[in-house]
Amino acid sequence: MLPKCFVNIDDYSREDIFRILESAARFKQQPNRDLLQGKVCATLFFEPSTRTRLSFETAVNRLRGRIIGFSDAATSSSTKGESLKDTIMMVSNYADLIIMRHHLEGSARYASEISPVPVVNAGDGSNQHPTQTMLDLFSIYETQGTLENLTVTIVGDLKYGRAVHSLIQGLSHFSPTFNFVAPEELHIPDKYKVFCDQKQIVYNEFTDFSPESINSADILYMTRVQKERFTDLMEYEKVKNIYVLHNDMLADSKENLRVLHPLPRVKEISQDVDDNPKAYYFQQARNGMYTRQAVICDLMGIAVD
Amino acid sequence: MRKELQVAALENGTAIDHIPSEAVFKVVSLLQLQKLSNRITIGNNLKSSKMGKKGIIKVSNKFFREDEINRIALVAPNVNLNIIRNFEVVEKKKVVLPDEIIEIVKCNNPKCITNNEPMRTRFHVIDKEMVELQCHYCELKIKKEEIELIAES
Repeated sequence: MLPKCFVNIDDYSREDIFRILESAARFKQQPNRDLLQGKVCATLFFEPSTRTRLSFETAVNRLRGRIIGFSDAATSSSTKGESLKDTIMMVSNYADLIIMRHHLEGSARYASEISPVPVVNAGDGSNQHPTQTMLDLFSIYETQGTLENLTVTIVGDLKYGRAVHSLIQGLSHFSPTFNFVAPEELHIPDKYKVFCDQKQIVYNEFTDFSPESINSADILYMTRVQKERFTDLMEYEKVKNIYVLHNDMLADSKENLRVLHPLPRVKEISQDVDDNPKAYYFQQARNGMYTRQAVICDLMGIAVD
Repeated sequence: MRKELQVAALENGTAIDHIPSEAVFKVVSLLQLQKLSNRITIGNNLKSSKMGKKGIIKVSNKFFREDEINRIALVAPNVNLNIIRNFEVVEKKKVVLPDEIIEIVKCNNPKCITNNEPMRTRFHVIDKEMVELQCHYCELKIKKEEIELIAES
């Protein structure tokens, strides 16, 4: 039988998601535990991502597990032309779990099919990054006390944003209402609108970052509008300052509103928001570590009390 | 009036009729007919009352397995299959698109793992009527007109 793997947020049911979130909450209370004593985890980063790698490695270290791996394909044998299959087969001889980031889409699914040990997808190209979604869900659950019936306003690059697409899928179990705020060139792809329609999820689309879209929200999920995504640079110049959140824009927002961002942030959240108690993006990033501890233990069949 | 056969009759074998003209050679390739030594007759751009133009392929002494023949549903979903024994049609069949397509279709995403690793492609058929596929690996959706077959070696 294939080992359990975490490749896509869709691999996890509503019950699976709650099981992970409850376990992550226990890690948040006590992150240092001996649960991975004697275990070796491999972090295979064929594509560099310092933020994600540090979060995973800290998660393993706080559980007393040991880490092997590489942080850049240049230091792996894939530069010698070794196939992904061979790398996975070789590493699975040594490690009890593989955490992998790769620039090719579908690489994590393939690795999960050939690996005799569990595989966690830490990002496969522009396809999936499911632990990001899990930490987003944890942060929403933690700050709202529920995942049900929330209004979530998502702002910025909704066309290419991998985190956004997975968040829509992850929240789809919980009857959300979405406000999609994006420039014309980066609006939400039709397939996600069809997905929402099929799941009977209500959504509104805006091209302006209006007070209405902020003040109706329980969660304001900001993302980066990247210059390189635009075919028409004039268009970028027009919109680059529209999707920026300033502190005074939160004046009439709901008391329970929290501002999330998958980070790194550039200019889309002004620094004056950081001191507002509604800003939650740094805690959100920290939650990534607890959520990853929960995912790793879940895949290895380790109970968390 | 004598009705003339457009393609010579078959004693034993399989006749694939009502192939869209533009799909005839894709069907040849999907069934790997170029590798057979059987007698094969291919007719194309023949008159058809239903389709205007059509193709027919007749293969002597060959009876395809279901999984072989169902492959052609990708390019020619409405063909008629006639199984012929002793000059008589003994069975008529339709092709059925399977739920999964393995090793036949190429993924159109150059950044898909299947285009970068020596491995089989795998697609889920997400819409049998419209013939829409989704890559099992990179999750790209491919519409019927975008389907590209893996080049024959």
